Amino acid sequence: MDKKYGVYICTGCGIGEALDVDGLSAIAQENGMTAKTHEAFCGEAGRQMIKDDMANEGVNVPVICACSPRVWKEEFNFGPESITVRANLREGVVWSAEKPSDDRSQEVVDEFTNELAQDYVRIACAQAMKIDLPVPYKQETTNRRILVMGGGIAGLTAAREAAKAGHEVLLVEKTDKLGGKALGWRKQLPTKAPWNALEESSIQELVSAVQTDSRITVKTSTEVARIAGAPGAFQITFKEAGTRSEWDAPSRVTVDMQDKIDKGEMEDPNAGYKKYTEANPAAEIVGAVVLATGWVPADVSEFEHLGHGKLKNVVTNAEFEELAKEGKVPANVAFIQSPGGEEHDKDFPYANSVTSMVALKQASYVREDNPDGKAYVLYQHMRTPGNMELFYKGAQNNDGIFLTKATVTGVEESGSGLVVKTKDTLLQEDLNLEVDMVVLGAGMKPTTALAPTVNLSYRQGPAFLDLELFDGYADSNFICFPYETRRTGVYACGGVRKATDMVETIDDACGAALKAIQCIESADHGVSVHPRSGDGSYPEFYFQRCTQCKRCTEECPFGALDDDAKGTPLPNPTRCRRCGTCMGACPERIIGFKNYSIDMIGSMVKAVEVPDDDEDKLRIVAFVCENDAYPALDMAAMRRISLNNLVRVIPVRCLGSVNMVWIKDALSSGMDGALLLGCKFGDDYQCHFVKGSEIADKRMANIGETLGSLGLEPERCGVRQVAITDYDTVSEVINEFIEEIKELGPNPFKGF
Amino acid sequence: MTDERSAPAGAVLVVGGGISGLTTALEAAEVGQEVFLVEKNPYLGGRVAQLNQYFPKLCPPSCGLEINYQRLKNNRKIRVHTMTEVKSVSGGPGNYKVTLLSRPRYINSNCTCCGACSDACQDEIDNPFNFGMDKVKAVRKVHDHAFPARYVLDKAACSQSSLDAILAACKYDAIDLNMQEREMTVEVSSIVWATGWNPYDPTKMENLKFGSSPAIITNMMMERLASSSGPTGGKILRPGDNAEPASFAFVQCAGSRDENHLEYCSYICCMASMKQINYIRAQYPEAPITVFYIDLRTPGKYEKFREKLMADEKITWIKGKVADIIAESDGSVTLVAENAVSGDKVKTKVDLAILATGMQPALDQAKALGVDTDANGFVLSQDEGMISAGCAKKASDVVTCAQSATAAAMKAIQASRR
Repeated sequence: MDKKYGVYICTGCGIGEALDVDGLSAIAQENGMTAKTHEAFCGEAGRQMIKDDMANEGVNVPVICACSPRVWKEEFNFGPESITVRANLREGVVWSAEKPSDDRSQEVVDEFTNELAQDYVRIACAQAMKIDLPVPYKQETTNRRILVMGGGIAGLTAAREAAKAGHEVLLVEKTDKLGGKALGWRKQLPTKAPWNALEESSIQELVSAVQTDSRITVKTSTEVARIAGAPGAFQITFKEAGTRSEWDAPSRVTVDMQDKIDKGEMEDPNAGYKKYTEANPAAEIVGAVVLATGWVPADVSEFEHLGHGKLKNVVTNAEFEELAKEGKVPANVAFIQSPGGEEHDKDFPYANSVTSMVALKQASYVREDNPDGKAYVLYQHMRTPGNMELFYKGAQNNDGIFLTKATVTGVEESGSGLVVKTKDTLLQEDLNLEVDMVVLGAGMKPTTALAPTVNLSYRQGPAFLDLELFDGYADSNFICFPYETRRTGVYACGGVRKATDMVETIDDACGAALKAIQCIESADHGVSVHPRSGDGSYPEFYFQRCTQCKRCTEECPFGALDDDAKGTPLPNPTRCRRCGTCMGACPERIIGFKNYSIDMIGSMVKAVEVPDDDEDKLRIVAFVCENDAYPALDMAAMRRISLNNLVRVIPVRCLGSVNMVWIKDALSSGMDGALLLGCKFGDDYQCHFVKGSEIADKRMANIGETLGSLGLEPERCGVRQVAITDYDTVSEVINEFIEEIKELGPNPFKGF
Repeated sequence: MTDERSAPAGAVLVVGGGISGLTTALEAAEVGQEVFLVEKNPYLGGRVAQLNQYFPKLCPPSCGLEINYQRLKNNRKIRVHTMTEVKSVSGGPGNYKVTLLSRPRYINSNCTCCGACSDACQDEIDNPFNFGMDKVKAVRKVHDHAFPARYVLDKAACSQSSLDAILAACKYDAIDLNMQEREMTVEVSSIVWATGWNPYDPTKMENLKFGSSPAIITNMMMERLASSSGPTGGKILRPGDNAEPASFAFVQCAGSRDENHLEYCSYICCMASMKQINYIRAQYPEAPITVFYIDLRTPGKYEKFREKLMADEKITWIKGKVADIIAESDGSVTLVAENAVSGDKVKTKVDLAILATGMQPALDQAKALGVDTDANGFVLSQDEGMISAGCAKKASDVVTCAQSATAAAMKAIQASRR
């Protein structure tokens, strides 16, 4: 791109009063750029001034030195042929300016404030010179077909909804027929108002709707051996269900494991299988995947006092449903929800609230089949959320259904029947219930807790990662974004993601199908999906200098990078979420985006003017996560909280993208410290790119050693976790870091 | 805020800009769908914008909202209209004609959020965002993270001298006192009702005596008290006297699971109270806390969250419904209940009682708008063009709202591709 710059310094919102605007214009001049001022570039007249320059002077890189880049984003977007660069003078300098004190007069404060503003103009000019227009990555062809794995309610719904939106669907089911668990149901829970009565199962209706839909191709008795490729062009290898295939997805082999295999110290777990990068010419191509492989009844044998597997007529809810479907159920039945006895009041593992509702459903079978039947539902906490409370109320009104909180201490044989021993009931007495059968409210264990299931043929292995955080469910860590997992283009729904009822499963499946379509559209346009939705940039690799260190392939949170036999990365841009973690990982600095690169940020760091003779004027660079920590700084400024004016803030896509060379750039140009502000990490991580802040923390621990060897204190670099709501404390977090730097004294290499 | 771009064909109208409406709008727009998003408030984010943290991660809602606002800024397919409600609907699936009514903000798009008007304004109002627990200027940005970032003026609350001062203070010609209510008509292929919920009016439960003592607050008020952007800067203090409470009680099912009030379960209140116990513990590590409940509905992955609190010896869990709350002369309150397991009558005196009030669907003009609801006011998806999402559909937590909102986007896409 042939670039023509124009610098636009706004004097509104207090900028003109607080700063020496002529001085800022002079800095633009030093960078060979012409500066203009206006009292409100965000207004109609101000924007027109920029537009006129674009039309008359050919400016295509306007450098707007005004408010935070988070505001007026659309208004300062001048179309796809131009790049807007922003310098944050309002929130970043003026609104967060230091207030004069007894120690520091207005004059001194003004000097520091102006130096900060000048550096931000320098940084913006440097960015303008290095930034380039992204060109979206376009696959040759984008396949719009959707693979749905699993033919139960979730899978059938996803298939049908995707088809209704005009997409071809390939639906695979492991068993020989469609319908899944629902085929075995005698009745189903209420799905609509007034929510008080069981319904006839609607599964056959759904099955025939799928079977008669010409856009849906069904493969039963079939499993997915492996999924290779990427969104828009996944390559699916099928196999007969229950068989082994040479195309089965290979297990994950880490760099260390490969080393041992090569040395003969470890057996290759993938011997006999096709390599994960080998293309199967017979593979079917799809654009995106919906994972709806459901659940299996969870094991209850650990609760020995309840007698399952030992006592006749102690069954699970799944076994009872089968009995009920086939014929008559016994007349006196106890339903146990909470197996913990006197130890705890939790429900069975993998239960969620479904088991409470299923118990109520099955209690009504007892009544349907036996005019004098009695069903005892024993719970610690009856869980019928939302409208299902009305179903619960219906059961309460049924004369033969007895519902009580109870601590079940044991189940024993008694004559031909069973006796259930309980304590702490609502009748204020211990009860021994004589029944014909005991039903245990076993939970729904997701298929992903048992096997990789999604069978990805990826460098990082066949399964979703870190599912132990979600008890094995293929869930998302994000409350606001439940479909966002670490595998782009694969969306889980139904029982594989959560033990849920039918109503929620249907919504979930419908949503997953939408996400699959959205991913295909994004791949087709060459843009990213969530959270950088619509981003047309993507990482490019200069392979000639790659040393095959494999850091990028290992660290990518989304498994976007495969590799060849030598270990050179094989990028899959449609899997990529554009966080830049690969760029941050690369020691050779060969990865970059057109509009976000090692050179660009490095140049921005080096643009900071570092005084070499003034101990009061330390310079600290702060790489700040633009998603959370940066808005926190903005909001601190809106509240007019002073932010330390020794710090030069550079927003980054994610801390994961911070390359350690930028730290070296900063310290070798005489800056006194480097601070990384990013999201919380750990089990409840808030990083939108999952691992970015955690990886940055590890890298910084390592750079500490490097700095130590250079004679610089590792404490000059720090990572701090800042949430978006920490605007009241972020200023202190920064000040504390700077106090530590002050204790260390200026960078000894300053001026060299 | 009003987006003046002309109406596209086959668009979807999303009513409500809370987490559900926002999600539907974004998920649909990112497939390429044209969207009108209308919101009654001057800002997007709805109820979740008022929350301090989400359960079970205890993460801030503005974190996800920020991402959603960035997505919105980067997507030209969505036209946002704040302070706007649906006045009437005609037509049918595929071709609805919807009349929208926008209230005047009195602040136009020149507003830079510099804050000079607010400094100049002399009049204050009870802050609706903080449930009246503090005062704000009659011209203000509703909260720190408000999107669109633009001020709003409560003209009726201002004296003429305030209005003159506000006009004089604005350097950007952003104050327009003559702004009028405006109507606009949009043609859309489908309508997604994501109109959300209101906290159930606590004064309706006469036995809980809300209003008789400042020591009785609702769970939503607690969210604001705990929030650093709230009336106390995040310190949990008793409204009225700003005392540091030494003891707390939670009244679960305040209105929910009750034939005389809300017959359904409001889904979130058990977890919300447990979340709020975490807020309290961060500030008052030793304070005794009593929870009165019917059942603890913390199923599935929420059990881990509960387990931690069950181990806290300073928390007393009583299965029993609160029958009465008595305001005491020392500023505290006494809760009266029956323990359902022991049968004992319990009296607990605390410095602050929190009513876990439930969710009531917020759409009140359903019938006039031709929207089908169930007996409790939840919106039913009546055909292929009328779609419900989030808490307008059923009481839900945020995850479930995001799921149903994404599902609603699918239905909207289908309607426009038909």
